[in-house]
Amino acid sequence: MSLLSQIIQFLFTGLTIGSIYAMVGLGFNIIYNATGIINFAQGEFVMLGGMVMVWLTTAFNLPLPAGFLLSVLIVTCIGAAFERLAIFPLKKPPVLILIIITLAGSIIFKGAAMLLWGKQTYSLPHFSGEEPLHLLGATILPQALWIIGILMAVVALLAFFFNFTIPGKAMRACSVNPVAASLVGINVKRIVLLSFAMSAGIGAAAGIAFTPIVLMEFDRGALLGLKGFCAAVLGGLGNGTGAVIAGLLIGVLESFGAGFISSEYKDAIALGVLLIVLLVRPSGLMGSREAARLKEF
Amino acid sequence: MAFRRHLPIMLFGCAAAVLPLALKDPYYLGILVFIGIFSIATMGLNLLMGYAGQISLGHAAFYALGAYATGILTAKYNVHFLPALAAAIIVTAGIAYVIGMACLRLKGHYLAVATLAAGEIVFICLNASVGFTGGPSGLAGIPSIEIGGFSFDSDFKFYYLVWAVFILLFILTANIINSRTGRALRCLHSSEVAAAAMGINVTTLKVQIFVLSAVYAALAGVLYGHSVTFISPQASDLMFSVKLLTMIVVGGMGHLWGGVLGAALLTLLPEALSAFHDYELIIYGSILLVIVMFLPGGLMRGFETLYVTILKKVRGRG
Amino acid sequence: MRKLLLAGALCLFVCASTVRAAEPYKIGAVFAVSGPAALLGEPERNTALMLTDQINAAGGINGHPIELIIEDNEGDEAKAVMKVKKLINDKVAAIIGPTRSGDTMAVIPIVEKAQIPLVSCAAAEDIVKPVKKWVFKTPQSDADAVRRIYEKMKDMKLTKAAIMSGTTGFGTAGREQLKKFALEYGITIVADETYGPKDTDMTAQLTKIKGTDAQAIINWEIIPAQTTVMKNKKQLGMTMPLFQSHGFGNIKYAQDAGDAAEGVLFPCGRLLAVDSLPDTNPQKAVLAKYKKDYEEKFKTDVSTFGGHGYDAYMLVVEALRAVGPDRAKIRDFIENKKGFVGTAGIFNYSAEDHCGLDKNSFEMLTVKNGKIVVAK
Repeated sequence: MSLLSQIIQFLFTGLTIGSIYAMVGLGFNIIYNATGIINFAQGEFVMLGGMVMVWLTTAFNLPLPAGFLLSVLIVTCIGAAFERLAIFPLKKPPVLILIIITLAGSIIFKGAAMLLWGKQTYSLPHFSGEEPLHLLGATILPQALWIIGILMAVVALLAFFFNFTIPGKAMRACSVNPVAASLVGINVKRIVLLSFAMSAGIGAAAGIAFTPIVLMEFDRGALLGLKGFCAAVLGGLGNGTGAVIAGLLIGVLESFGAGFISSEYKDAIALGVLLIVLLVRPSGLMGSREAARLKEF
Repeated sequence: MAFRRHLPIMLFGCAAAVLPLALKDPYYLGILVFIGIFSIATMGLNLLMGYAGQISLGHAAFYALGAYATGILTAKYNVHFLPALAAAIIVTAGIAYVIGMACLRLKGHYLAVATLAAGEIVFICLNASVGFTGGPSGLAGIPSIEIGGFSFDSDFKFYYLVWAVFILLFILTANIINSRTGRALRCLHSSEVAAAAMGINVTTLKVQIFVLSAVYAALAGVLYGHSVTFISPQASDLMFSVKLLTMIVVGGMGHLWGGVLGAALLTLLPEALSAFHDYELIIYGSILLVIVMFLPGGLMRGFETLYVTILKKVRGRG
Repeated sequence: MRKLLLAGALCLFVCASTVRAAEPYKIGAVFAVSGPAALLGEPERNTALMLTDQINAAGGINGHPIELIIEDNEGDEAKAVMKVKKLINDKVAAIIGPTRSGDTMAVIPIVEKAQIPLVSCAAAEDIVKPVKKWVFKTPQSDADAVRRIYEKMKDMKLTKAAIMSGTTGFGTAGREQLKKFALEYGITIVADETYGPKDTDMTAQLTKIKGTDAQAIINWEIIPAQTTVMKNKKQLGMTMPLFQSHGFGNIKYAQDAGDAAEGVLFPCGRLLAVDSLPDTNPQKAVLAKYKKDYEEKFKTDVSTFGGHGYDAYMLVVEALRAVGPDRAKIRDFIENKKGFVGTAGIFNYSAEDHCGLDKNSFEMLTVKNGKIVVAK
């Protein structure tokens, strides 16, 4: 295998994994912008997306597109319900308390998934076959292209939502200043609900696209959530473009680290880069310094 | 005055001293040892989070470093416990100093991620350096703690050691909080700018407290390693850092007793729930959720409010 | 009629009183029923529950019913320590488990001190090497699995191997043994790659291996991450033979990998390939019954992990039947037990060997048309 084809292979591997991190990172950002919360349950939405999809396609024999949409819808509802039950009833809670609430939420989701589907791993058929495509000696699964494609679709939809729709603009207003937003007649509580629903939906889409490649089980969420969190922070919290770039970057770093340096230390390499970036730019790659100062515990 | 301030901890000490005589059951004694160890770790983290207002998601790394340092020295190189302990404290403090100097320039969630990354790197290194740490299979055969010929080789003896260390550290911490440093810390918590304006050297203070809290965690780790006589990288797992943080929030942040209460609750709860088998996770999560939702100040604040309300009612009637 | 009723009542009373008269024998178990090793711990727990029901329904051990106390340590070492202390406190005669090697290593000092026999379901060599007086284990040893793989490689005239292993206790232990025995069998290790237990992609490592002149890949892991290696290998179009360890002992792993698992070679106990065993095999009866019972009761495929639980449990039961609930006597009984037919092989324990199995307990298995069969 020539060096060039190795590089292409590592690059595509990294981009595939990175797309998932990016989607999880986007989910973190949406909730963070609306509430200042780091939602520890974000990774569980990814897990739930995959598991619900497996359940729908095996128990009800739903075709792929219907299963995809319905799973995203179900997980979106779960996200919204979680906000209504656990976040909404509280009056002005400190941010750290909210974070622990999402942590408790993630334990409950994990426990429920374990009860419903047991502890074994599940697989899904690939969306369009498993015959790999060849590119200059590298092999790429069609599913990898699906994942990258879904990330691009999510980014496009979000860009449209935030720039051209009223709820999207209202959400941006909330992230800048919730008090001012409520003064101009924006229902902040409803925006918070929307943010949880949206990031649950994005997480679910990521989970569904990812399951055919990696298998899904009840406790897969935490680590994906962690990587997505790193992506969100590396990109600059609250900055969507930053999360996407950072997510892809972390994925590529891990893949090149494993391929060229040492598979044992690949995660350490990625985390080390993360640390250095943060030390040089304390507000992440694309975050503004002021925004970093705004939200504290 | 000083006596009155230390009255609760003295009463607590007396109660702790009598307790094992009442229940000589090794199982409960073992749990109490773990609660004591976790309480020591949470006390340091509480000092950092509750008083200085700096978050850390990497404290499990210091806990594991402490345990590995004395573990490797005593088990592999036959070093006596006390010199090994000194080495463990110096090593952990040194690493904490480096991490603190680098990370504490960051704030809020950025600080959380930086400490998390630093902790994970320690975890990965402990896993990968198989020759030195035993890798994922862990390091077995750590001897019991021996000080001046006296060996803490049973849960009964170990219980007294752990809780004695806890009480000493508690008094030390209480003194720090009530000193000039403590006031500076609280000032730092409410506003860094104001603290700096008042002439407090913010960076130095933050790093000092970070190192101190890391040493607490390392001490807890040392006790853990020698009580179980086995240590694996699992102890430096991120989930353990999160568990420590949860203990503090549930027990009461910025309240010295909060850490103990949280440690006790989060250790006892899963034990009590183990009869529910597969439902355990979901019940545990729900209880955590309810406590945090309805007692956002933690259990300690909850008790205080309850106490004050009762006091008011009683007085109101009188 | 009334007489008949009276006789019946009397009979019931007598039966009930004899049952009450016989003290139950207490067996303790610590399994990782939840947490990251749940996939291993759950079949072990199920097996122990099923066997307890069966034995009690058949009248118990010499008239004594079994009281099984199962504790879940969630794959957490600190919890394993607490649970074992609890079991010792509950005055159990012997303990089976824990599931994970790390958990087992953590509880060894306690059982040694409390002088209570422990039959672990974890694989690591360290558990029984050096021999600990009170500790036994039922899974085969890594070294024997390595020998079987290298022998097979020699048969196939392959001399250059690439190692893939997970950064878990199981993976690391296997990796060490693979390196240790390579020279002896004239095998050169041309690549040595690892992956994390929750890693989702191993193409980077495999791409690196593809760039070497490796003739075979040996993948050593027990958790589901190992299936990704097979899938990625197929994706990269790598056709060299793939060996798995005995940690592949779960038909689920082969199913998850789908086509990619076809032709994988792995040394394993005979449980998974019981249908393709000749009737003359001394283990066949035990294996067939366990497989049938388990799959009927739990409606899920049997795995070698549950088998390790079976072996540990039945070993303790045999000891109880022979010597009663005396901890020291149980230990002595197990140490001297020869020819015990379990699911992992035929156990011959001795004072020097607390594992009791040799490399003949392994059969080289392969996956053919989605089924696990004996490799020809």
